[in-house]
Amino acid sequence: MGIHLPPVLAFALRRLLQAVPVILLIMIGSFLLLKLTPGDTVDALVGDMGGADPAFVARLRAEYGLDQPVLVQMWRYLSKLAMFDFGWSYVYEQPVSTVLLDRLGTTLLLMASSLSIAFVCGVSLGAFAARRAYSLTDNVISTLGLVFYAMPSFFLALLMILLFSVKLGWLPVGGVATIGAFYTGWDKVADTAMHMVMPTMALSLIYLAFYMRLMRTSVLEVSDLDFVRTARAKGASPSRVMFHHIMRNALLPVVTLLGLQFSTVLGGSVVIETIFSLPGLGQLAYTSVVKRDLNTLLGIIFLCSIIVVIVNFLTDLVYAWLDRRIDLK
Amino acid sequence: MKTLKRGLAAATCAIATGAMPALAEEPQRGGTFVTHVVSDLGVLNPAMRASTAVYQITGKIMEPLIDLTKDGYVGVLATEWSASEDGKQITFKLRENVRWHDGQPFGCDDVAFTAMEFWKPILNYSSTLQANLESVECPDPLTAVFNYSKPMPLNLLVAAMPDLGHPVPKHLYEGTDLLRNPHNQAPIGTGPFKFAEYERGQYIIAVRNDDYWRGPEYPYLDRVIWRFIPDKAAAAAALEAGEVLASGFIGIPMEDMVRLGEDPRFKMGPEGYENNVAHSTIEFNLRNPILADLRVRQAIYHGLDTDFAIQAIMRGHGKAGRGPIPSTSSAFYTDDVPTYPYDKAKAEALLDEAGYPRGPDGVRFKLRHRAASWGEYTGLWGDYFAQAMREIGIQVEIVPSDATSFLTTVYRDHDFDTASGWHQYRSDPAVSTTVWLRSGAPAGTAWSNQFAYLSPEMDKLIDDAATELNPEARVALYHEMQKLEMTDLPVIFAIEHPFLGIHSVKLQNAYNTPRWESSSWYDLWIKE
Repeated sequence: MGIHLPPVLAFALRRLLQAVPVILLIMIGSFLLLKLTPGDTVDALVGDMGGADPAFVARLRAEYGLDQPVLVQMWRYLSKLAMFDFGWSYVYEQPVSTVLLDRLGTTLLLMASSLSIAFVCGVSLGAFAARRAYSLTDNVISTLGLVFYAMPSFFLALLMILLFSVKLGWLPVGGVATIGAFYTGWDKVADTAMHMVMPTMALSLIYLAFYMRLMRTSVLEVSDLDFVRTARAKGASPSRVMFHHIMRNALLPVVTLLGLQFSTVLGGSVVIETIFSLPGLGQLAYTSVVKRDLNTLLGIIFLCSIIVVIVNFLTDLVYAWLDRRIDLK
Repeated sequence: MKTLKRGLAAATCAIATGAMPALAEEPQRGGTFVTHVVSDLGVLNPAMRASTAVYQITGKIMEPLIDLTKDGYVGVLATEWSASEDGKQITFKLRENVRWHDGQPFGCDDVAFTAMEFWKPILNYSSTLQANLESVECPDPLTAVFNYSKPMPLNLLVAAMPDLGHPVPKHLYEGTDLLRNPHNQAPIGTGPFKFAEYERGQYIIAVRNDDYWRGPEYPYLDRVIWRFIPDKAAAAAALEAGEVLASGFIGIPMEDMVRLGEDPRFKMGPEGYENNVAHSTIEFNLRNPILADLRVRQAIYHGLDTDFAIQAIMRGHGKAGRGPIPSTSSAFYTDDVPTYPYDKAKAEALLDEAGYPRGPDGVRFKLRHRAASWGEYTGLWGDYFAQAMREIGIQVEIVPSDATSFLTTVYRDHDFDTASGWHQYRSDPAVSTTVWLRSGAPAGTAWSNQFAYLSPEMDKLIDDAATELNPEARVALYHEMQKLEMTDLPVIFAIEHPFLGIHSVKLQNAYNTPRWESSSWYDLWIKE
C-alpha cells in the first residue's frame, strides 16, 4: 500500500535520505584527514602554555582519550555524533554545541546580509548594465565590477578600516558590539548594524561583482530569445518585458551560483571575521585548526555540511518556482 | 631554628600601606581600561595553566603568594617566608583580613588545598618544581608549612611563586571535578578586580573589587576589559582609533610598533617585561653526524651576525646571548663564558677543518631546518639563519610548519637538522631552563633537551643546583652550567630580547613592575 505524499515532501524526504551517506562520508574523511596533521590538541595546548612536564602531558592525553587508537577514537566520536552529541572542546573547556551555537548567529547574520546585498545589488546593476549594453554606464559598472572582483577581501577590509575608523572615526574597528556600553532595544540593533557595515561590505563586494557579470550576460542572452520578441509583439510594456519575461528567466543561472556560493562565503568569512574580530564560525574554524581542536572543527564541518544540504534543497525549490517546467523529482 | 627574611617583610608593609613610587600627580579614580589580547583562551585559572596569556587576565582577579616588583620579591597573599635549616620545611605567614570575592575568608586551608591538588599534580612546570612536596600543614589559619622529602632552596621556591603560586578558594573546588569546575572559566580570587563576564571570542570584563585588602582607595580603575583582536594589523588600527589603550607582548606588527612608538600619543618599549625575557635560539639535532662535530656548531655560531639580526629583526631591542641565562637575571648570569663573534673567515676555516669543503656549486652540505612561528621575531630569525648559512656554504632548506607541527616534529619526532625557536626564561634557571640541557626528558616534552645532548658533567651540575641550599654555591653552579653550555654548544642561545608593549600615554603607573602584564594593576589609573 503506497502512501501518497505531496511532491515537495516526497522530494524533501528523498533528499534527506541521500544526505545521510554524504554527511557520513564527509565526517569520516575529515576525521582521518585531521588525524594526519602533525600534533594534536594536547601538543597545541602545551605550546600555548609555554611548555609542560611529561607527566602532565601524558595525563592530559589520557584525559582527552587521545591515547586510544585512531579507529577507536573515530568510532567513539561517530557514535556520539549519531545522537547529536558533539563532544567537548578542550580548548574552550565547554561543550562543542555551546561553542558552536554562540558563534552561529554572527556568521549567519554576516552571510545573510552579505549575500542579500550582493544578490540584490548585483542583479539590479547587472540588469541595468545589460539594458544599456556597451554604453558609458555599462562600461563604468563593468569596470567597477572587475575592480571589486580583483580586490582581495582582506586588503579591501584593511583599507576600509584605515579610512572609516582610523582617519574618519565613523565606524568601529571591529567586534559585534560596543563593549561596556550595554545597549538594549533599538540602540543595540543600531550598534550591531554599525559594527556590521564594514564586514558586510568587504565580504559582499566580490560576490556582488560575480552576480553582476553573470546577470548582465544572462539578460543579454535571454533578450534575444523568441519569447521575448513575442512578448514585445503582443504589446507588453518595456518594463513588463524586462521584469516579467527577461529577468525571471535570466535569474536561473544566478540562483544556481547563489546556492553554490553559499558554502564559499563561509570560506571567505574566515578572513573577514578574523580581521574584524567577529566571533563567528569562520574564525572559530581557523583557530580550531591552529589549536588542533578536533571536536570543534568536526562540529563546524558537520554543521556546514547540513547548511549546504539545506541550501541546495532550497535552491531546487526556487528553481521550480522560477521555471515551472522544472519538476521536483 | 628558622631564618627570617625581615627585609622582605618590611618591603611588603611599605606596599601595603600604599607607599607609591614618587609621583607628581594625584591618581584619578574611575575609568575603564580596554586592552588588546591576540587570542582567546579557554582556562582562566592560573593554578591549572601556567602561561603568560592566563596571567595577563587572571593576574588582576587572583593573586599569588609572592610577586616580583622593581624592589625584588614582595609578599602579596603571604607576608613572610622562611626555611628550616635542612631545607625540607618552608613556612609561609599569610596575610590577615583577606576575603575571596564571594566574601569567604582566605587562609591556610586554601593554600594547602591548592598546593596538594593543583600545584603538585596538575600545574605545568609546577609539577616538576613541587615533585618532592609531601604535605602542607596548617598550624593556624594564617601559617602554611610546606614539607619536602628533599631539600628545597628557598630562593627557588620564592622565585617561582609569582608564576606558580596562585591559591584557589578551597570551598569552591573541594569535592568537584577540578578540571571541569565552572570557576576555571569564571575565577573567584582575592585580587583588585572581580571577574564579571567572558564573551567567547570577543572580550572579558572584570570590575572593581570594593572590598580589596590593600584599602578602599585601590584599585583606581572601575573596570578592565580585555578585547580579543586576532588580526594584528586590525589591532594596530584599534589602538590608533583609541578603541583599545594598550597592546602587550608585541601584539601588533613591528612596523606599526615603530611607527606608533614615535607618535606622541603612545609609548612603546621593553619596560615592564624585564621578567619576560626570551632567547632566539638555533637548536641542533646531534643525531646528525655533521652537527655532532663541535667544530661545525662553532662555525655556525661564528657565521651568525647577531648584531645585524638585532637591528633588522628586533629594531635594536635585544642583546647578544651568552648562554641559557639572560643578563636580566642578574643573580645567576655571568658573561665570563667562551664567545663566538661574527667571523665568516673563521667559520669557513672551521668547516674546512671539519672535513666539509665547499663543493663545485659552493655548497658544503645541506640542512633541513624547522622554523618556529611564535610571531614576527622567530619567523624572521629562521629566514635570517638560512641566509647567513648560505654565505658560509651551508644550504638550509626551511620546512614550513605551524606552531603545533613545529613542537611535534622537533620535540617529539626529532625530524629536523636544525631548528630556530625560542627559549623562555622564568625567574630561576630551575623552572624552565635546565630542561633544555638535562638529558633524559621523554620525547614529546616541548622545549626540553630533544637534541640528543648527553653530558654527565652537565647533568650533575643541574641536579646539584636544584637541591643546593647555599645561595652562593647555587649561583656558582649555574655559572659553571653557562660556561659548559657555551663550550659544548648543544643550542645557540643567540639573542636575548624582552617583549615589547605599546600603550596610550593616558595610562599611568603602567609597565612599572618587571612582570607588569601578569601583575594585578591595583595602582593603574587613566589620566583623562
